[in-house]
Amino acid sequence: MRIVTARRISQGFFLALFLWFCLVATVGERLWQLRGWPVNWFLELDPLTGLTSLLASGTLYAGLLWGAAVLALTLVVGRFFCGWVCPFGAMHQFVGWLGSRGKPLKERVRRNAPHPAQQIKYLVLAFFLGAAMSDLAARLALGQVAASLAGAIVLGLVLWATRRGQGGRAYALAVGLVLAAWVAWSLAAPHGGAWLLAGLLDPIPLVSRSVNLVLLPLADAPARVAWPEPRFYQGAGLIATVFGAALLLNLWRPRFFCRYVCPTGALLGLVGRHALWRVGKKQARCGACLGCDGACSGAARPAGRLRPAECVLCLNCLDACPEDDITYATRPSAGGEAAPDLGRRRVLAGLGLGLVAPPVLSLSGVLGPGWNPALIRPPGSLPECEFLRRCLRCGQCMRVCPTGVLQPAGPSFGLEALWTPVLNMTIGTSGCQLRCTACASVCPSAAIRPISLAEKLGQGEFAAQGPIRLGCAFVDRGRCLPWAMDRPCIVCQENCPVSPKAIFTRVAWETVLTGLVAGSATGGELTVSGKALKPAALASGDYYLQMGAARARIVANGAHSLILTGGSDWRTPAPGEALSVAVRLQRPYVDPARCIGCGICQHECPVSGKRAIRVSAENATRERAHSLLLKGAGPV
Amino acid sequence: MSRETDQERRRFLLRAGKAGLGVAAIGALGWWAHDTQGPSANIGQAANVKLPSFAVKGTDKRLAVVKSSHRVPALRAGLEALGGMGAFVGAGHKVVIKVNAAFASPPALGATSNPELVAELVRLCRGAGAKQVIVTDNPINDPASCFELSGIGPAAREAGAQVVLPHPGAFAPYSLPGGRLIRDWPLMYGPLAGADRLIGLAPVKDHHRSQASVTMKNWYGLLGGRRNVFHQDINGIISELGQMVTPSLVIADGVATLAHNGPTGGSLEDLRPTDTLILGTDHVAVDSLAVGLLGLKPAKVPWLGLAARAGAGTTDYESLNPTRVELG
Ligand code: SF4
Repeated sequence: MRIVTARRISQGFFLALFLWFCLVATVGERLWQLRGWPVNWFLELDPLTGLTSLLASGTLYAGLLWGAAVLALTLVVGRFFCGWVCPFGAMHQFVGWLGSRGKPLKERVRRNAPHPAQQIKYLVLAFFLGAAMSDLAARLALGQVAASLAGAIVLGLVLWATRRGQGGRAYALAVGLVLAAWVAWSLAAPHGGAWLLAGLLDPIPLVSRSVNLVLLPLADAPARVAWPEPRFYQGAGLIATVFGAALLLNLWRPRFFCRYVCPTGALLGLVGRHALWRVGKKQARCGACLGCDGACSGAARPAGRLRPAECVLCLNCLDACPEDDITYATRPSAGGEAAPDLGRRRVLAGLGLGLVAPPVLSLSGVLGPGWNPALIRPPGSLPECEFLRRCLRCGQCMRVCPTGVLQPAGPSFGLEALWTPVLNMTIGTSGCQLRCTACASVCPSAAIRPISLAEKLGQGEFAAQGPIRLGCAFVDRGRCLPWAMDRPCIVCQENCPVSPKAIFTRVAWETVLTGLVAGSATGGELTVSGKALKPAALASGDYYLQMGAARARIVANGAHSLILTGGSDWRTPAPGEALSVAVRLQRPYVDPARCIGCGICQHECPVSGKRAIRVSAENATRERAHSLLLKGAGPV
Repeated sequence: MSRETDQERRRFLLRAGKAGLGVAAIGALGWWAHDTQGPSANIGQAANVKLPSFAVKGTDKRLAVVKSSHRVPALRAGLEALGGMGAFVGAGHKVVIKVNAAFASPPALGATSNPELVAELVRLCRGAGAKQVIVTDNPINDPASCFELSGIGPAAREAGAQVVLPHPGAFAPYSLPGGRLIRDWPLMYGPLAGADRLIGLAPVKDHHRSQASVTMKNWYGLLGGRRNVFHQDINGIISELGQMVTPSLVIADGVATLAHNGPTGGSLEDLRPTDTLILGTDHVAVDSLAVGLLGLKPAKVPWLGLAARAGAGTTDYESLNPTRVELG
């Protein structure tokens, strides 16, 4: 079998496996549902996912250790992940092949010529690494001074070693000191932090988000295998645009994303450039037919000085060489090898930008006084600052959520929150279900901690700490029917799933009609004059005839007659007595000590536009600073 | 005339012919699609569907009350008292069982129809010859989760029924003849189309707004849309639901009654053992009996009176001579 056939089979297999895992991330026990399938495996394989979350959070959570295995294997065999495993890579390979099909060799060689823009991916990588390690030093060093000194020394050394030539050292030192000062400042600043921004472009989170939140909802709408009802994801257009652009650019340059953008490819390239086994020419001088260059997916220039860091191990060159001059072996290419063209200043600039990105973006106050109460996170989510250190934006929680209430945060929440999960009570089929912990159980990075049902509900050993609250519901008395419009309702109270209910009601009486005058009373029927009544409109059981302080329930009514059932203090009105009609209202109140912020009330409220009861992130368990209640005060 | 001009003329005629066809095609398409009126106000409104009566001839006014703490034997005994399942379901019938699967809550909490009862009812229908048994509801919480977590879905499938979840295609607009609230409202008509029998199976529950939720309130789950607006007139809507549906049989499960914190419950403490299963063909009578389990008098529950006055049944259940069965 030709080696490229083996590669294609491998790519096809892993792509199919990836899509299968996307499909089966459905709560349930059937074969095509979540019943132990390792649906996070691809996310865990991605070494950049592991590295950035390690840098940002200080740990390598659970399955993310797989990334270390990939990195280690890359040291031995090169970028096999890109060429043989990565499902996004397989898509690029295919679209790139479509774009180059039938093109003459000269054109293909031109498309595959190394381009300075290939440096961009190192810059992207540096940026994400910088953002992830923005306050790593703070956690390593004892104090801020030690941290800034260490930062200065480390950066100075790095720059010293990497810059060559006249004036380079002074320049490097200057940049290093400025960066160190910046690091020191960012550590000293109250709004520092480290953010896992890599998920924006990290290929596996990107493809998993795109497939789960765009392709699958489209494909499943008629079939309804993954979800019983069509799915909606807010801002799917933006996710689709990024995904679509990444795919279509392959028509212009094969593996465009891999060559120019992919930070994981950059990382694997840097690690794999000295791999034990590598692609290379056996003899420096060959027929120079350029067949290999025309076939090379990575623009690695196999015919000339090979760039091992760019080689995605597609092995097309082996297949294309008519003289069998290219091989995969343990020695460097006979044609010579070139180090990756990093554009060091740019990489350093990227790193610096990354380092300052969290502190600068934090200036908007999103983690402090400017926190957004619309950012309601799934149950078990870490405090926002910790959450942003871990969330991969992979969309796995939104995919698995049985109600679809978990939505990707749009740009209005800021770059730091873009595409992280946020609850939108009006989009899902109900709010957050009381007895569901699906999101917490699939989160690959523990941005949503793995919680048990007992913990979520505050039962058993968790009884003392109470249930996990996502926020608190607030009644908008300007919109609520019993508050603003004298109409009975309390759907919210009815649907509150907490026992005892977090929504309670108080009865209020409002006079809605005055100026009625009693007529004769015959056989249980009372005639009234004054305003003509709408027949049957007062017979709903909520309207009462008032006479002074006494009331009788209206059981039926005509335009000028009423049938009543009265209590003990009711007497039949004498003709000519003044009467009015009152409505009995139950007005809803929220008990913040009980409300868990599930949003079911908000979902069910019949004020179907902007609901009359809405959850907001105040009082969420995960942020102590946002609690509403004074401990030990109040009746409950 | 030279051959050249001859050819030229022929080519011209050919081109003129093609152009003519094109002009005619454009003209025809334009004429066909031409609209001088513009869209009307009620665009997108389909014609109303009709809901037939599912009452079985000769079974009206049947009512049975079984005292037991075990649901399955109670159901069997109750049906026996009503003349056996064969009196209601016959060979080849398509039977729809409207359960209460409103909430994604486990069976023990009593907020939804009991899965064992559902399963036994399905088996009895099949035993009586039903060709197809459909178990359905349009729940309040996420539908798929409701059916799975309440245990109704698995139990019904196991017993040989088909579980139908709400989906956009299942709804059709419906107006209750003479109705005030249910006008052009989406009704979950899909599972009911072509059905021979309709059975309602609901737990007895406390309800803050309507005081009680039993078999008539259970028909709420046949409505779609933002049905919650009807809560402005809860008694009116329950009474209209009682008029909308003429069931073959309804069963109120008061073996345990959700006495507090209804209709969602949420804690075992919300339940009270009342050891009663009520079966009948008149849902007003069944519900009138059932509200007693919540300590209510039918006269104090407005929707019962409204429904009775509208002719949906009687609140004077004793007039139907209910059969009373005591199981140990
Ligand atoms: S459901 Fe909405 S309108 Fe109705 S009582 Fe509650 S908040 Fe008010």
